[in-house]
Amino acid sequence: MNETLSIPRSAGRLEGSVLKEEEPSQIDWKRIIKPFILITGGFLLFFFLPMENARFTNAVMESLALAKWYAQEHVLLCLVPAFFIAGAVAVFVSQGAVMKYLGSGAHKALSYGVASVSGSVLAVCSCTVLPLFAGIWKRGAGLGPAIAFLYSGPAINVLAIILTARILGPEIGAARAVGAVIFSIVIGLFMHMMFRKEEAEKAAAAMHMPEPEVERPLWQTSLLFAVMVGLLVSATWGKPAQAGGLWSAVFSMKWLLAGGLATVLGILMVRWMRVKFYKLIIAVAAVLISAIAIPEQPLIAFSIGLVAFVTLLTTTRGETESWFTASWDFAKQIMPLLLAGVLVAGLLLGKPGSEGLIPSSWISGLVGGNTLWANLFASVVGAFMYFATLTEVPILQGLIGAGMGKGPALALLLAGPALSLPNMLVIHSVLGTKKTGAFVSLVVVMATVSGLIFGHFFQ
Amino acid sequence: MDIKVLGPGCPKCQQTEKLVKEAVAEAGVVADIEKVTDAMEIAGYGVFGTPSVVVDGEVKSVGKIPKKEEIFSWIK
Repeated sequence: MNETLSIPRSAGRLEGSVLKEEEPSQIDWKRIIKPFILITGGFLLFFFLPMENARFTNAVMESLALAKWYAQEHVLLCLVPAFFIAGAVAVFVSQGAVMKYLGSGAHKALSYGVASVSGSVLAVCSCTVLPLFAGIWKRGAGLGPAIAFLYSGPAINVLAIILTARILGPEIGAARAVGAVIFSIVIGLFMHMMFRKEEAEKAAAAMHMPEPEVERPLWQTSLLFAVMVGLLVSATWGKPAQAGGLWSAVFSMKWLLAGGLATVLGILMVRWMRVKFYKLIIAVAAVLISAIAIPEQPLIAFSIGLVAFVTLLTTTRGETESWFTASWDFAKQIMPLLLAGVLVAGLLLGKPGSEGLIPSSWISGLVGGNTLWANLFASVVGAFMYFATLTEVPILQGLIGAGMGKGPALALLLAGPALSLPNMLVIHSVLGTKKTGAFVSLVVVMATVSGLIFGHFFQ
Repeated sequence: MDIKVLGPGCPKCQQTEKLVKEAVAEAGVVADIEKVTDAMEIAGYGVFGTPSVVVDGEVKSVGKIPKKEEIFSWIK
């Protein structure tokens, strides 16, 4: 004790401070580093913001203009109804009924067929795709159908097809849907043949299917979807280029058609879903009054219709609530991503017909026309790049506006959403290097070939 | 008791795990709760859909967030 006391004060302080540094620091860098980088990054971004550069400021305006165009033309009429359709798919289509065709006892040809379209029906969120894939492979119909499912899942979901057809044109939308179905079957078959020897006999273990949330006869479900798709199509019916003919006749009465189908939908909901009849009458009356009072602004009546529809869904107990929740989940998940995608696409590529940050000559130089190189480049870039759900659509719209050929555009659509670098790493953890390599190469080669064929016919 | 919640990191799976933990705490039973995120391991249970709940090796629910009352009925 005496010794300690005899040490001069300065030395004691020195020793104390040395000791203190060996103690764990109170500053928890792990918790600081992420927000710190974000804040510093934001600061540096604005510090060096090239406001004096005309090209940059113009690109910012382009990006805002593109977002405005989406908000005015696509959100109410196309996206919101599409969310409700996707929600209805999630709630009303029984996953178990689909999955039984992907089980171990399933008929082989049938299992490929079902797997190739299951993505559009199951509307699975990306995080359930992988366990399902592993299940189909190891416990169910085998590697081929599992691969078909893995490819078709993200490639042909309802929302993506609707938005593609609406914004990039019906022929690309149709080519995307048909291409994705054919792709998934062909790629699945190839994978099955390449790795047939490795396919071990599966134990006929019990399979546990998700229970259907709602039991409903198939014809009722089909009718419900037919009415909703009809409603979507008539509400988004574009003005044809020349007057006269069937298309412009449909255009002139599209709101009558949409209103009629909406009423049918309402009646179906009253008949099958416990929606009260008096509520439907009030809803129809509200829409009619607004349509008659302000006929030059059909969007007002449409919005009131949407609000009325949501009110019907949420004030009725049971499956309508699940329907609403599922639709909301889609909207909540996709809208922020899509907004970001539109803003980035507008910033980099500009509205169709004008330039963003990237000069159009670069785009048309790389992926213009319909050469083998352009298609291959689009496929490879699409395969490695990550597209958040649906953002491939505004990005492609910008690319096509900047001179990308229709063929390479389809190639990118077929290789893009199904694959990305992060997604490859995840697949790799399940499939191993050889199978992942084979899968990715097959997708790239087939996307390139399809692009070439499509570009040849639609230039 | 051994409870496994199967599912990768999606919000529904996390919600299921939280519900199971709450139910176990409220019921006052002793249970090992494990979250299984590996796709191949999930497939090993033969479940076609996530989130799923497995209690003592028996698959109890598939592809949905179970209700708390349901969880009580499995663990009591």
